[in-house]
Amino acid sequence: MTVYRPSLTATPSATPAAARILPPLPPTRPGMDLAEALRGALAALAANKLRAMLTALGIFIGVAAVIATVGVGAGAREQVLAQIRSLGSNLLVVTPGSFNMGGVRLGAGARQNLTWDDARVIERDLPAVEVAGAFIRSQQQLVAQNQNWPTFVQGIDPEYLVAHEWGLASGRFFTPEEAAGGRKVALLGATVAQNLFGDEDPVGRQVRIRTTPFEVVGVLASKGEGQGGWDQDDIVLIPFWTARRSIMGASRAWFRSVNAISVKVHEGEDMKLVEEQLRALFRQHHRVVANEPDTVNIRNLAEVAATRDASARTLSTLLAAVAAVSLLVGGIGVMNIMLVSVTERTREIGLRLAVGARRRDILWQFLLEAVTLALLGGAAGVAAGIGVSQLMSQWAGWPVLIQWDAVALAVGVSGLTGLFFGFWPARRAAMLDPIQALRSE
Amino acid sequence: MSGALIETEGLTRHYPAGEGVVAALQDVSVAVEPGAFVAAMGPSGSGKSTFLNLVGCLDRPTRGRYRLMGDDTAALSADRLAELRSRRLGFVFQSFNLLPRVDALGNVELPMIYRGVGRRARRDRAAQALAMVGLGERLHHRPSQLSGGQMQRVAIARALVNGPDLLLADEPTGALDSVTGLEIMALFQALNAAGVAILMVTHDAEVAAFATRTLRFRDGRLVSDTRHAPRDAAEALAAMRPGAQGIAA
Repeated sequence: MTVYRPSLTATPSATPAAARILPPLPPTRPGMDLAEALRGALAALAANKLRAMLTALGIFIGVAAVIATVGVGAGAREQVLAQIRSLGSNLLVVTPGSFNMGGVRLGAGARQNLTWDDARVIERDLPAVEVAGAFIRSQQQLVAQNQNWPTFVQGIDPEYLVAHEWGLASGRFFTPEEAAGGRKVALLGATVAQNLFGDEDPVGRQVRIRTTPFEVVGVLASKGEGQGGWDQDDIVLIPFWTARRSIMGASRAWFRSVNAISVKVHEGEDMKLVEEQLRALFRQHHRVVANEPDTVNIRNLAEVAATRDASARTLSTLLAAVAAVSLLVGGIGVMNIMLVSVTERTREIGLRLAVGARRRDILWQFLLEAVTLALLGGAAGVAAGIGVSQLMSQWAGWPVLIQWDAVALAVGVSGLTGLFFGFWPARRAAMLDPIQALRSE
Repeated sequence: MSGALIETEGLTRHYPAGEGVVAALQDVSVAVEPGAFVAAMGPSGSGKSTFLNLVGCLDRPTRGRYRLMGDDTAALSADRLAELRSRRLGFVFQSFNLLPRVDALGNVELPMIYRGVGRRARRDRAAQALAMVGLGERLHHRPSQLSGGQMQRVAIARALVNGPDLLLADEPTGALDSVTGLEIMALFQALNAAGVAILMVTHDAEVAAFATRTLRFRDGRLVSDTRHAPRDAAEALAAMRPGAQGIAA
């Protein structure tokens, strides 16, 4: 049943009808404001929730993939960089090379052709070298009070600590006098300290290496896992000459030989060049004739790690490309659904034009709808991407680092996707002929 | 400058059709004064709708001039035409053209969005407009919850809400039964009495009789222009439904 006021529908004379007309509108600036357009866009999307969600899915997946892969990639890179830092930067390690004995190759380190004096020669002859520290190592059983622990004992030059940029958690380094005088002082790695002394401070306490008592003067700062997963903190450092005399005795012939020399190159020097200089130095020193192989191996540890970093980067790039394709597909999905939406709402567009919408108002309406759709997909994708990253770090144990600039970029790109793929449908809507649009079914 | 509301001179509109052109409107010159209630009559294809679209600034003439309140529309940009539609004109359609997912209030608010009216002022004014057409109780009904007559009232409220100088109606009773159609005509007469000029397109002479002036179109030409005393829609309604007064109250 129709309900209406008699004042207008009964005889016009019943009321002075002029009083019923709306007062004139106050002057306004024509055009739709942004908040209004946004409300309209959200309402239009809410009217087709399932469709909007399915459309946003492409962008959702793309963004989630970007966030997760970039997170994992950054985590892996951060791990590699931490390893490089723990190895010491600008570090070259010289080890004895392989050699043939009656046709049998004896493998790296079979020779004992490196000596403590080589380290001094390197320091003296190569100006690019900051320090060179030799070391010898062997596995020993350590005893402290009622605890014992097998670990690597390394006899080192004080320069070794500089080369490996190894700091202290507590106590002090051994002094040059202690090093030169063969004093029985030791620096414990974090793992060793934990296993022998638990939470107590080992500084000033005694440990026995084999049967020889040593005074603990310091505990090394933790370096964590090295390349390949070995524990860099499972180690005891003692002065080189102490090691040679008390733990790793050798005949006079091998007394000065070392397992390796760590060479730290000055900041800014060309590592490749220094490596060549080292090679040349040893060839000359060991009197290697032309065409014979080198007598020493020289490894650039940071470079090895950097290679892994590069492969991690390649993987990230590949995944990012997949994500970009997903965004593209998502964008085409947005365009498709916006074209459908424009067709469905042709009459509505005609009506809006008839009641005073300018073409640019229609353009903005549909453009904003596309951008909102894409941004909602992108925002949900960010949330999912972060969630997936966290799951990966928890379950797979991968290091994950959320890159907030990547998050901002992903959201920005999804917005731009909406803008780009929404433009054509929006323009089509804005260019409709109002008369035909009003007549369409 | 004359005081006419609308004034056309040799208004002509050709549409391309196949290899030739269709002369939808030929050389129409007419002037309508403010506050008039004019019916444009004729069979389909007579040019009456083309005339309405041109007057409504939805279309541009092929030839001829059209002034709306003194503004020569030929010289105006698309944006200025949109502004004219927004400020001076209100549209009512045969099929109502309400937004289906929006309630009556939201539908009436629509023209004010493009006029830049603030949200609260819009709500208030839309409610006033709906009360004015007798739908003060149905602000939050969606079109699907309204009868045809009620939907047309919402459309009329929407057409009036920006305070237009001219209400353009394309077969406003075409989709309604005769009683509801009479109610809409009664509303038009009341609005006209309140000062709103109306240009109404219809093919039905009985509907045209509620206006005070009838323009007859045939084959794109204006063939007659007559002024006449209007039939009173409220009386016709009362005659058809003796109980109408009680129901209306």
